[in-house]
Amino acid sequence: MAADTSDDSAASGFGQISRSKDVAFRLLALAATLIGIVSLAALLLNVAIDAVGWLDWGFLTNPPHPNPNEAGFLPALVGSIAIMLLIALITFPVGVGAAVYLEEYANDGYLTRFIQLNIANLAGVPSVVYGLLGLGLFVGLLNIGYGSVLAAAFTIALLILPIVIISAQEAIRAVPDSQRQASYGMGATKWQTIRNVVLPRAMPGIMTGTILALGRAIGETAPLIMIAAPTTVFGIPNSLLSKVSAMPLQIYNWASYPQTEFQYGVVAAGVVTLLVVLLTINSIAIIIRNRYQQRT
Amino acid sequence: MSAPDFSHDGIRTARGTAFRYLFMICALLSILTTVAILLTLLVDAVDFFRIVSPVEFLTGTQWSPTNEPVSFGVLPLISGTLIITIGSAMVALPIGLLTAIYLSEYASERRRAYLKPALEVLAGVPTVVYGYFALVYVTPVLDTFLPLSTFNALSASIMVGIMIIPMVSSISEDAMSAVPDSLRQASYGLGATKFTVSTSVVVPAALSGIFSSFILALSRAIGETMIVAIAAGQTPRMVDLTDPAGMFLNSIQPMTSAMVQIGTGDIVGQGAAYKSLFAVGLTLFVITFAMNLVSELIASRYREVYR
Repeated sequence: MAADTSDDSAASGFGQISRSKDVAFRLLALAATLIGIVSLAALLLNVAIDAVGWLDWGFLTNPPHPNPNEAGFLPALVGSIAIMLLIALITFPVGVGAAVYLEEYANDGYLTRFIQLNIANLAGVPSVVYGLLGLGLFVGLLNIGYGSVLAAAFTIALLILPIVIISAQEAIRAVPDSQRQASYGMGATKWQTIRNVVLPRAMPGIMTGTILALGRAIGETAPLIMIAAPTTVFGIPNSLLSKVSAMPLQIYNWASYPQTEFQYGVVAAGVVTLLVVLLTINSIAIIIRNRYQQRT
Repeated sequence: MSAPDFSHDGIRTARGTAFRYLFMICALLSILTTVAILLTLLVDAVDFFRIVSPVEFLTGTQWSPTNEPVSFGVLPLISGTLIITIGSAMVALPIGLLTAIYLSEYASERRRAYLKPALEVLAGVPTVVYGYFALVYVTPVLDTFLPLSTFNALSASIMVGIMIIPMVSSISEDAMSAVPDSLRQASYGLGATKFTVSTSVVVPAALSGIFSSFILALSRAIGETMIVAIAAGQTPRMVDLTDPAGMFLNSIQPMTSAMVQIGTGDIVGQGAAYKSLFAVGLTLFVITFAMNLVSELIASRYREVYR
């Protein structure tokens, strides 16, 4: 790939320099690509080693305790799962509905483009601001209780809704138009086409996107702090209005304890638990995606 | 359509119309969310500005919402946010850009299939976990060769930077992949190496997409909360340009971290400290919303060029 010049030796010399520059740049780019992945792997390894001995059955089934040996994660674990289930119930129908409207019904006018731009922007609003929305709207105006399961679920549901809509839109857009045309050709109405053709075909993609968004929801901390969810709860939530903690909130609380047993033991166990739950959720999404890809 | 149509077709049409409006309401809910965010922020922020003048808020250099003498100058918080943004940008922008070049120009199809999801994991890790990493693992390591305080801007910046790498790399890569292959072929035809093609043809051609990824990533860094709340400390201080090292080595307090501090405090009710939460939130919202909008506009412009 040397530059084409009349002088042969100069050409080879130039080619040499530019080729080694090329190789160096290639390695530099590869190194940059690996920096983030490798440092995350190193940190994860550290936290996994620190969690050994702390992450046991007692940790998973005990309530929090000021003594690190008796401290447990159960209320936070159950709280996180309860909040997540509610979020799924709220975001799935609304997100899919909005995506169906934008992809199937809306014409490409100013309103549609405005809605689209607005959704993209909402996806980038800091989560702490959503927390203030929850505080003002759900806790303040609608009065559904500081730090309640319902307030937490509504707040985080609004936070991940844009992500659910965008991924559902992509899944719906991926359904080939020929299938819609075939359905219309059989005399089906628009709604019948959507229900019987588009949604079943798009469903694996929609599920994958929604589950990934739920994975993000389970890690959200700042909105919970803003709606005044208690950082430490000793019991399992027994109603939609009872106060709830969540795994990331409990981790945040423990991380501020000065004892090394907490910093390098209990918190590490909590982090590993949170990541295992997150990994499980994401693997479910990946399994759905793979099974779908094999079929087509 | 004057008389109600109860024929089979009529019911079918009516049902279709009903669903159409139901779905439209779902879509409009997103606009409602934006309006609700603005209203909740504005109502309390306006109340706050009755107590503290906006001029004092925007130009004050002291932030002390609860300790006497109480003062509400937002500049130290904006300074803190700026430090974290600059720090994380120095980590994420070069790494993210090089990653995008590697993925788009150098990596084989198979390697890309492994590396892209692995990078996406970076963005999926809960930020509270990154905050904990920064405090418990990164700070002690850096402390062995730097005069660090326990809470400092440096570890927080590094972690925020690592978190936003995938935002830079994936959007930049999309932009680079959208560059038509004919441009690359033309350049190779002139005898250019891959390095030259990447840096002199692909990157300039994808510049608007790269810019838009930078802006979006920086906006994310500005709004990032838990990493800075855990690892950067709670010392609101003004940027001191004469002492850049000190800025990073010591504890600072960005806007988001100040919000968490007020949020976890016992401030209930209608005091100025509680209301200041919404004023800071409004400032943060306006800054990030504007940046996201600019990023989106730049991105949509480049999309038009190459499609």
